[in-house]
Amino acid sequence: MSYNNELYQQVILDHNRKPRNFRKVEDATHSCHGVNPLCGDDIVVYLKVDDRNIIQDISFEGSGCAISKASSSLMTTHLKGKNIDEARVCFHEFQKMVLGEMDPDKQEHHLGKLSLFMGVREYPSRAKCATLAWHTLTGALDRKAEGISTE
Amino acid sequence: MADPNILSTAKPAFDVDRIRREFPVLSQTINGKPVVYLDNAATTQKPRRVSERVFRFDTEEYGTVRRGAYRLCERSTQLYEEARKKVAAFMGTPDSSEIIFTSGTTQSINLVAYSFGKRFIQPGDEVIISNIEHHANTVPWQVVCEDRKAVLKVIPVNDRGELILEEYDKLLSGKTRIVAVNHVSNALGTVNPVKEIVRKARAAGARVLIDGAQSTPHIKLDVKDLDCDFYTFSGHKMYGPSGIGGLYARKEMLEAMPPYVTGGDMIRQVTLEKTTYAPPPMKFEAGTPPISQVIGLGEAIDYLNEIGMDKIAEYEHSLLEYGTQLLENIEGLRIIGTAREKASILSFHLDAVHPHDVVTLLDQEGIAIRGGHHCAQPTMIRFNVPATARASVSFYNKYEELDLLADSIRKIIKMFS
Repeated sequence: MSYNNELYQQVILDHNRKPRNFRKVEDATHSCHGVNPLCGDDIVVYLKVDDRNIIQDISFEGSGCAISKASSSLMTTHLKGKNIDEARVCFHEFQKMVLGEMDPDKQEHHLGKLSLFMGVREYPSRAKCATLAWHTLTGALDRKAEGISTE
Repeated sequence: MADPNILSTAKPAFDVDRIRREFPVLSQTINGKPVVYLDNAATTQKPRRVSERVFRFDTEEYGTVRRGAYRLCERSTQLYEEARKKVAAFMGTPDSSEIIFTSGTTQSINLVAYSFGKRFIQPGDEVIISNIEHHANTVPWQVVCEDRKAVLKVIPVNDRGELILEEYDKLLSGKTRIVAVNHVSNALGTVNPVKEIVRKARAAGARVLIDGAQSTPHIKLDVKDLDCDFYTFSGHKMYGPSGIGGLYARKEMLEAMPPYVTGGDMIRQVTLEKTTYAPPPMKFEAGTPPISQVIGLGEAIDYLNEIGMDKIAEYEHSLLEYGTQLLENIEGLRIIGTAREKASILSFHLDAVHPHDVVTLLDQEGIAIRGGHHCAQPTMIRFNVPATARASVSFYNKYEELDLLADSIRKIIKMFS
């Protein structure tokens, strides 16, 4: 087991250990509860979006594996300050990347550091762990009151 | 590293290297590392002879069963019924008509829940299960209780994962129609005191189903000595093909219960006005059965008998004890399920690492274990974990593989600290 593991890179381990924006946004305009029933990952994503559709604040709470926690954490740091349309584009690109349909080394994208999660494509069963936060984010933006489930 | 004191523990004589040569999959590599297969509670690998027997049957002897008077059909039917006799003897009944072939334990339990429920469960009656059942021995009873307006009662477990029998005593009453519990818990490895459970149920006038999916490959069975009414098993967990399993049921129950699936082959006579049913076991085997899989199952049973279930149990117990001691010595690891009587299964939780991360990282070392709720969510809730990582041993596993498991877990903990 190397410390240069393609999936469990240092940045991912670090965000798992110390997740960023791991709190509740008290004056959130949007929120959603997301679960992955298969592994018990369970998160809530909070957003504060202003009238120009800019994400002023974004955070998450909950529990899950390292991949889902680090993905949630990095998603919040990446999206803060972006507008909703940009967030949706990122989700689309992120999803294609972890499913192996987009290669961030070869194709243009807006994922920045999130391309770290490219390693997930070798582990199809873990794609849901990596995308839970993003599905939950979309649920929040679409105001899905019932929450979202990956199953 | 492994504790040398543990390594010197007395071990039963067992020629595991000879056994392993029968399982080609075990000599492969994954990620350049030898396969360490420790997910036997999910499904077992097949010895070459089982696959070869199925191949020979399919290519030289195949025909339908019970439907023709030509040679291939006669031969196929004879082999099919011989396999049923092998299963009957393996489970401890002299009467092979007490063995019904099904697709596996899930279907066997659904069969009993539906057919027994329809005939014997009335509004206000009670069904007892336990807190550590597989969903396959939980959901069918929830459905039948809802359907029949009966009440589902649950035997609680202590912190070791053992059924609390005093509570079971309190649940049993004249209203109890059936008690359905596993012989070995798939999530914890607890071996339940099924003989005592049956004795108490009978005293209360209740029937008993034992879910044997996890016990059949590890424990020598005797359903007549157990005195249970139903006992279920899955072929793919006992070195046989997938898609085949079965149900032992007391003859009088099979005669009294209505059929579960209807159609061809399970009838005596059909007119447009009325149908009469064939006697058991055919009454419960509508349609063309998975013939090749039955032949494969018979071969797997021959194989287990040749090694000897007593020898298998002794060696696997030694592996389990060894693995338990190794894992107990890992700081930050908690074994979930510490019953005094256990078989095959080592479920655990790491303080710092989610089970799915453990499984993925072990996979990178070639080690296959399961992570998740093991289709036993009520068990996970009882032990306050979302999921566990679970290693489960078979007689083809080696002590060295458990050393590698323990060393790899230590590395993972270090990586996450």
